[in-house]
Amino acid sequence: MSEVVHTGHHDDHDHGPEKGILRWLYTTNHKDIGTLYLWFSFLMLFIGGALALVIRTELFQPGLQFIEPAFFNQMTTNHGLIMVFGAIMPAFVGLANWLLPMQVGAPDMALPRMNNLSFWIMPFAFGMMISTFFMDGGGPNFGWTFYAPLSTAYGPPSTTYFIFAVHLMGASSIMGSINIIATILNMRAPGMTLMKMPLFVWTWLITAFLLIAVMPVLAGAVTMMLFDIHFGTSFFNAAGGGDPVMFQHIFWFFGHPEVYIMILPAFGVVSHIIPTFARKPLFGYTSMVYAIASIAILSFVVWAHHMFTVGMPLFGQAFFMGATMVIAIPTGVKVFNWIATMWRGSMTFETPMLFALAFVILFTMGGFSGLMLSIVPADYQYHDTYFVVAHFHYVLVPGALFSIIAAVYFWFPKWTGKMYDEALGKLHFWLSFIGVNVTFFPQHFVGLAGMPRRIPDYALQFADFNMLSSVGAFIFGFSQLFFLYVLIKGIRSGKPAEGLSWEGAKGLEWTLPSPAPYHSFTNPPKVS
Amino acid sequence: MNTLKSITTKVALSLSLVLASGLALADELNLRAGVTEISKSVYDLHNLILLICVLIGVVVYGVMFVSMYLHRKSRGHEPAQFDDNHVLEIAWTIIPTLILVGMFIPSYGVLKEMYNTENAEMTVEVRGYQWKWEYKYVDEDYNNSFSFFSNLATPRAQIKNRQVKTETYLLEVDEPLRIPANRKVKFLVTAEDVIHAWWVPDFGIKRDAIPGIINELWAIVPEPGTYRGQCTELCGKDHGFMPIVVEVLPEVEFDLWYQDKVAEKIALDQSKKSQSDPEFLTVSSGG
Repeated sequence: MSEVVHTGHHDDHDHGPEKGILRWLYTTNHKDIGTLYLWFSFLMLFIGGALALVIRTELFQPGLQFIEPAFFNQMTTNHGLIMVFGAIMPAFVGLANWLLPMQVGAPDMALPRMNNLSFWIMPFAFGMMISTFFMDGGGPNFGWTFYAPLSTAYGPPSTTYFIFAVHLMGASSIMGSINIIATILNMRAPGMTLMKMPLFVWTWLITAFLLIAVMPVLAGAVTMMLFDIHFGTSFFNAAGGGDPVMFQHIFWFFGHPEVYIMILPAFGVVSHIIPTFARKPLFGYTSMVYAIASIAILSFVVWAHHMFTVGMPLFGQAFFMGATMVIAIPTGVKVFNWIATMWRGSMTFETPMLFALAFVILFTMGGFSGLMLSIVPADYQYHDTYFVVAHFHYVLVPGALFSIIAAVYFWFPKWTGKMYDEALGKLHFWLSFIGVNVTFFPQHFVGLAGMPRRIPDYALQFADFNMLSSVGAFIFGFSQLFFLYVLIKGIRSGKPAEGLSWEGAKGLEWTLPSPAPYHSFTNPPKVS
Repeated sequence: MNTLKSITTKVALSLSLVLASGLALADELNLRAGVTEISKSVYDLHNLILLICVLIGVVVYGVMFVSMYLHRKSRGHEPAQFDDNHVLEIAWTIIPTLILVGMFIPSYGVLKEMYNTENAEMTVEVRGYQWKWEYKYVDEDYNNSFSFFSNLATPRAQIKNRQVKTETYLLEVDEPLRIPANRKVKFLVTAEDVIHAWWVPDFGIKRDAIPGIINELWAIVPEPGTYRGQCTELCGKDHGFMPIVVEVLPEVEFDLWYQDKVAEKIALDQSKKSQSDPEFLTVSSGG
């Protein structure tokens, strides 16, 4: 009751945010931080995308036309790093910030100050990483997987900056995950038991545990690199008794769960959108939750399928082949459940639904090529070719990225209180859908024909499909600029949105007005 | 009835045309079968898995498209409210498991065969460098082992677009690896500096070349000819410019070439010996 003392100077709790730039620097509000994360990841998408277009421009024709091989390697490396750590992961953290408190019926995230810190580390991490382009010897040029000894004994001097940037990103991710777990486990509305949580909440809970488990492993790997480079150790140097293959084991022990970190929240998003537009409850909620959990557990025992060519013993190869194939089962269950959700529904095809359906179709395609890659004898022919490039772009672009875009369209009215232009949104979808397939589908063929990945120039028989792929990349790239336009137009002059913005939408966030109030639920809602 | 019949024949005809051209095209788009027994069984395995994936795809996408067509609001379809079915859930867990077991068994068989490096008739050491390959023929008498480097032969002018590119652009070397047809050749793959990967698609073999580690591969190539591949592990600036060319010679021709190479090597060693310190020579020959 101490509030009574502050006469004339009302306590700050119900006030809006600070004004101007300070609002964004000081903010501890989950919506502001979510917005920051989302815009930051959008910026990174454009930077990473620009690098991809440099790559595709050089690969438009055989021969070296525009850039030198050394610079080409910097492009592929930074494209991968920026897209994985700068675009996809922060975008999902942004969605988590915006949505989790609203979906569990909380006023904000559990640890708001740490939330601010975990965001504001990111611009510095990426500022540091991108600054290496302007250093002597250039930026990282050893692939986003930075295999030793190419990245240690043979790396450019700027590698140390890259290592610290990775440390910072890891710290940010771990803080974000702790916050997410604390929020989900402690701040759910009364009555919301674990098995009543919305699926986006479930997927993020599991993803956050994955992040906490593997980010320290990545930090360990880069720290060992740091020691090899500066302090004379030989963790990865064969001449000093170290083992270059150990680097790959450590990296992929992080790297494979990382793949699921980038796709599990996407599963969550799609599990909200499809029931909404099919006007039918999600089919098999329980099996969905178990499928996510089994995928997460299995993700720790399949890492060496990225390394089938390093020369593991026969038993090792067979184990990792089998374990990898097993992942197809829970993944299949999820796809079947989505289709069963659609079955006998009453579907409409607004932009978020279009992106979600494209997700199901094209992610499944990436799943098929993933299954093919798990077959060791066949993998010898696919490994490190464009077939792999096609595979992981199918799961990451029309997979993870499409789900993020779908989420933005889906929750846009809740966030801004306005509706985007539906016709423009659909146009954006079709441009993206065509662009992504024209870019990546032909890469299956050049891969099977024998084109290795990460090469700046190629033999003549690969020319036609590379040209096609480059055309697709430009279509896809520029349609994301169009996405920016659709969003800005919606924010500025969209029609006002209702609280329940979609006819079939279910969940606590839709009980709030649009735009949602600054502190989501000041009184906990009751969940029956 | 007649029109219906003619429509169905037309549809059937055009379908079979599409299928035929599709198959012809598929041959160009698909993985190559290669020339060794191993590469052919890998090709069969690939086709089998691809077929399984296509069939699953047809069923899954089929159901999905039917639903997207029939169960839409614009057709006035009322939503059902079911949200679970245990029989279905169990079925679509068990059936994929069985399919996967069916895929695992033949794959393991081929894999086991690939790992069988026993009874090799000759051994070649393959060593990756930034950015070239070295091939060392390990002779029974180790002193007679000879080696050479295999460098990219494509002129810089072609790469920089100042000259017309030839058919073997970026897939040609100054001195190819030569091996005999019909003999089991073992390759010991390693590297000097960073990790490379040695791949000949037509043999169906690929293995990383890792400093400090020696990996084993083998091939029996029945058909003489020239086979081309590339380094497939990012190894720095000129990763795209260190091709692999293997010339498979008929056995007799290979033996002649091999004897020449060994003679060349012995002559070279002797000329080196006569140039070096004679006292040292007497000591070492006494031992």
